[in-house]
Amino acid sequence: MMKKSGICLIALIFLFTGAAFAGSPQKGGTLVFGRGGDSVGLDPAYETDGNSFMVCDNVYEALVAYADESTNLEPGLAESWKISDDGKKYTFHLRKGVKFHDGTPFNADAVVFSIGRMMKERNVKFLDPKMKIPPQERPPEYWVSMEMDDTIGSIEAVDEYTVVFNLKRVEAPFLANMGMDFADIISPTAFLENPKEFLRNPVGTGPFKFVKWVKDDRIILEKNKNYWDKSGGPYLDKVVFRCIPENSVRFLELKTGNIHICQFPNAADIPMAKKDPNLKLISQPGMNIGYLSFNHTKPLWEDVHLRRAIAYAIDRKAIVDNIYQGMGQVAKNPIPPTMWGYNDDIEDYPHDPELAKKELKKAGYPDGKGLPEITLWSMPVPRPYNPEGLKVGVAMISDLSKIGVKARIVSYDWGTYLKRQREQPEDMDLFQLGWTGDNGDPDNFLAVLFDGLASPSVRTQWKNEKYHDLMLKGKQTVDQAKRAQIYKQALKLIHDEVAVISVAHSTVIWPALNNVANFKLHPTASVRMKNVWLE
Amino acid sequence: MSSSGRSNHKLWNQKLMLPYILRRILIMIPTLLGVSIIVFFMLHVTPGDPAELLLGERATDEALLQLREHLGLNEPLYIQYGMFLKRLLKGDLGETIWTRQKVWIEVKQRFPATIELSIAALIISCVFGIFFGIVSATKQYSILDYLSMIGALVGVSMPIFWLGLVLMLIFSLHLGWLPMSGRLSIGIELETITNIYSLDALLTGNWAAFKDAVWHLVLPAFTLSTIPMAIVARMTRSSMLEVLKQDYIKTARAKGLSRFAVTMKHAFRNALIPVVTTIGLQFGVLMGGAILTETIFAWPGVGKWMYDAVMQRDYMVIQGGTLFIAAMFVTINLVVDVLYAVINPRISVR
Repeated sequence: MMKKSGICLIALIFLFTGAAFAGSPQKGGTLVFGRGGDSVGLDPAYETDGNSFMVCDNVYEALVAYADESTNLEPGLAESWKISDDGKKYTFHLRKGVKFHDGTPFNADAVVFSIGRMMKERNVKFLDPKMKIPPQERPPEYWVSMEMDDTIGSIEAVDEYTVVFNLKRVEAPFLANMGMDFADIISPTAFLENPKEFLRNPVGTGPFKFVKWVKDDRIILEKNKNYWDKSGGPYLDKVVFRCIPENSVRFLELKTGNIHICQFPNAADIPMAKKDPNLKLISQPGMNIGYLSFNHTKPLWEDVHLRRAIAYAIDRKAIVDNIYQGMGQVAKNPIPPTMWGYNDDIEDYPHDPELAKKELKKAGYPDGKGLPEITLWSMPVPRPYNPEGLKVGVAMISDLSKIGVKARIVSYDWGTYLKRQREQPEDMDLFQLGWTGDNGDPDNFLAVLFDGLASPSVRTQWKNEKYHDLMLKGKQTVDQAKRAQIYKQALKLIHDEVAVISVAHSTVIWPALNNVANFKLHPTASVRMKNVWLE
Repeated sequence: MSSSGRSNHKLWNQKLMLPYILRRILIMIPTLLGVSIIVFFMLHVTPGDPAELLLGERATDEALLQLREHLGLNEPLYIQYGMFLKRLLKGDLGETIWTRQKVWIEVKQRFPATIELSIAALIISCVFGIFFGIVSATKQYSILDYLSMIGALVGVSMPIFWLGLVLMLIFSLHLGWLPMSGRLSIGIELETITNIYSLDALLTGNWAAFKDAVWHLVLPAFTLSTIPMAIVARMTRSSMLEVLKQDYIKTARAKGLSRFAVTMKHAFRNALIPVVTTIGLQFGVLMGGAILTETIFAWPGVGKWMYDAVMQRDYMVIQGGTLFIAAMFVTINLVVDVLYAVINPRISVR
């Protein structure tokens, strides 16, 4: 009798202590992340694809960091920073005692080196007079497309732990840009050892160290035991990024327990994952927009009534329900609702064929009469913001036919599509495209996508003086509350003028094994393993 | 044929063999040059642009211009081809557009995976194909014959994609007997020498890794073997049937030799020539990588690599890769032709 109650007591103690431990981080273990493709390279300055950045996110760090599940800025390798009153001088105070994985110290020269190597004209000052930056292997794509050469004038190391960036112009999103992957800080020593091979032998300060890369198969990282931040992870001993190209096989590997997280499953597998007691779903509204725009260079689309008719005609809810299969939400603004500056006061254009017909009549095409057949360009490939461009296109065409507008789909291979779209050809009336945000700044959506007066590279080529002024004001105002107001006005203008039809924001849903704890999806799609553990 | 006659023939064959091989190797040069020209110009007339694909939605005019300039895509085609050829003469296949790596190194990393899978698939298809072929031929119009020929038909026509997934569902997910995808389990360490994992495991005496590598081979190799297996089976059957009708077979039987001895020693060896040709050709095809099998089973070989390169318009990979695969194909054909003479001394090389 005594024995029995003793066992019961021990069992009870175990039960309670066990319950207490669940939820607190556990050290050790190997986490296998299943993904669809291999990384291209691991030098953050030169990469352009998500599969490369997701490994970089764990090996490197930047001066500023994004918060766990948002793009709010937090101190990263810089403990603090100061912005001069004129907004053109940024002084970063660096964290002390941080070491790169190769044992060399992180300091001001490393920052000047990492960022300075992307500059066209290396206007930089090192503390160590012997430091030199070798010539670029190829143009640093992000740096060039973000027009950083027009923003940064010079970079100076003031002392061991202070770096000053002098800007050529006031650029409010600058700080957010410094948290992006391309601005990661690398070990100059490791880079200089073999600049051509650095992308395959990455050395940073991050929570995980690079160990091995088997092409098209796996990338292995191991815990950085000397990581500077002792308050949290890394908890895992190893992280393996495994490449399993076929979506359904990747999901089966998850079901068998061979991988812990399955990136981009087929939408059809989500309900199966929901039913499986061993799996859980991790989701996060993506920082993206899938849109339908007009060829604003064509006189036909100058009439706001015609544009509005299209907006009323398209049933976006049906598209999200049936083609996004619930992995998305209908958009009323071209920036995601989680972003500051989002204008919730805007009243969305409802799906209303009657209103659409009225607008069509106002435009001078009653029941579509007199309107030539229009083309609707649709992407041939799945994109993060649109799982099936062609199917969405077909749904849109059928909606348009209901108000008497005849339309046909045009599609090319992806490269040609992107190229021809930029040329705004005569045979393009409507086109689908989208965007995934880089840094959580509304400027990164609104100026890049819609300010046609700023650059011929802007894909929509919508040219509106008032909007252009707002965008400039937004860049040149440092105070975020004021900027938010500016962008709300800009969104109102986009809505009133129907510059674009915002279709949907896609939601990212990844199934994972139940024992994966504290894995949070980031809106920028970065994959961070620092605070993840296995139960 | 008298024994002295046979050895004379052999001698004559050996004397001719070396010049023959040399001549064939020389012929390879214009063949490969032709391949490179066709591939190069076909690539550049098909639409698409690697710079545009690399930069995606965020491409700006300036970024595109700089990248094209860097990649040499702004040069006229003949200059681009000239540069390719110039590098090739130095034994350099160039550098890939996406991964900024020597094409040759990328080939070296992936080709062993393809060799391993192809050889495993070829062994399976030869063993079963030849066995079923012989059984069918010796028991013509029997139920066995019908069964194996229906099996061959199914083997040829079964979609690889479907078969692969079904095998995975049965043997990996439900029965748990075999690993689903990849080449090696996570946690198994293997020191690589040739990058053919099963071979490396043997060379280093790593039995755990050997078992793991071989287990990983079973499903993809079987999936990949179905088509060549069916082709080999049909070829063996028809070739055997023809030989079995010959007079010397009847003579051999009349001499009192057992049916087995006649089939294997007299008939099979003579029936082997067309079978070897078929196997050689199939091997060449397999060496080019199997896009579907490699994709489904996450097998990091050249097939998937080339497919990705086409999708990404990585001209350097496509040019270098096809040239390499073409060279392999031509070489295997040569080896097969030489093998004829070894199998059947009556065939002489000319």
